[in-house]
Amino acid sequence: MLGPNGAGKTTLLRILATLLRPSAGEVRVLGARLPGEAWKARGRIGFLGHEPLLYRDLSGRENLRFQARLHARRREAAEARIGELLAATGMERRADQRVAELSAGMRQRLAICRCVLHEPELLLLDEPESNLDAEGRELARELIGAAPGRTRVIVTHDPERFVSEAGRVLNLEVDPVGGGRAAVSGSAVAT
Amino acid sequence: MTASRAAFAAILGKDLRAELRTLQSLPAMVLFAVTTFVIFRFGLDRTSLSGSLGAGVLWATLLFAAILGINRLFVAEREEGGFDAIRLAPIDRTALFGAKAASLLAYLLILELIVVPVFAIFFLDSAAALPPLAAVLLLADLGLAATGTLISSMAVNSRARDLLAPLVLLPLVVPLSIAATGALEPLLAVGGPGYHRFGTWLAVLALYDSIFLLVGYAVFDFLLED
Repeated sequence: MLGPNGAGKTTLLRILATLLRPSAGEVRVLGARLPGEAWKARGRIGFLGHEPLLYRDLSGRENLRFQARLHARRREAAEARIGELLAATGMERRADQRVAELSAGMRQRLAICRCVLHEPELLLLDEPESNLDAEGRELARELIGAAPGRTRVIVTHDPERFVSEAGRVLNLEVDPVGGGRAAVSGSAVAT
Repeated sequence: MTASRAAFAAILGKDLRAELRTLQSLPAMVLFAVTTFVIFRFGLDRTSLSGSLGAGVLWATLLFAAILGINRLFVAEREEGGFDAIRLAPIDRTALFGAKAASLLAYLLILELIVVPVFAIFFLDSAAALPPLAAVLLLADLGLAATGTLISSMAVNSRARDLLAPLVLLPLVVPLSIAATGALEPLLAVGGPGYHRFGTWLAVLALYDSIFLLVGYAVFDFLLED
């Protein structure tokens, strides 16, 4: 999903994630009609936004355990999955530090772990590589890259990075009639 | 364990762990209450309080100390994305209401475990009123936790949340305050605790608790919507 600032990319992504209620139109995600059937889609979506959605006073591992419990993961299975994700993102040694003490790049790595912890069918990724260094981008690609049975919607300002592997590209434009406020309705062009 | 119970336990555990680690709410609540008792002690120039005056001083101090905790109840959810994380999970959102009300109830009980003995040392002639007083405070805390959680969840999205929460909460807890002080007054009577209309006031407290717990259960899902 491409478009200039203010075109509504993040808003659309949050609507798809069931975090925002659409003001008009019809939205279906994983067969669920939003917002009425949002409960059918929740738990099957992994959302990575601008904020890492991690509690600053808990450690990375505690945050992931908290997420696992929200997604009703059994303790042993959750611990194994958390260990696997921390290893995959190179965060094993920093996992027991409080999130407040970590750099933005490390928080983003943990946010990626949180996003894929419950093995979602749909990944909604808003500029997933922001704050990541070269090594982090490479490690992240393992977790949020293309995989069988998984759909990804990626918002990016770096088309060269993702467009080559995209099945569809959606360009959002700022709606001049709406005073540049929103572009989600009417101006989206799928190519 | 069902998904909602697991979520309830996870959120409650997270809140208590974070509070133990950062001590952001409880110490402020305790310090406020103890300081207020000291001010009453010297402001009223009395070594003993009884009846309605004693009940009023105790309840008003606990209520205003509770507001400090209520103001901070959802701050982490608002500022660190906890609302979104919870809304993305396949759980009944009332688990968040239940867990937050339980957190607040735990804060209030710990607060009272510390400051009610201080009140007794400052103002009571004997400790005979303390056991029935604990029953009144437990019921009053339950209502305050339910109402405080509801109001806090609404106020946290406002920039003026520190002002909004008490302004909305205080009128709502007037019935609770009347019942709590009504039940406390005979307990703190001169000459030892009495039980005049004690059962009636406890029933009113229980009714208030039931109403606000049900209201919270019914409307909290809507409050979490964007």
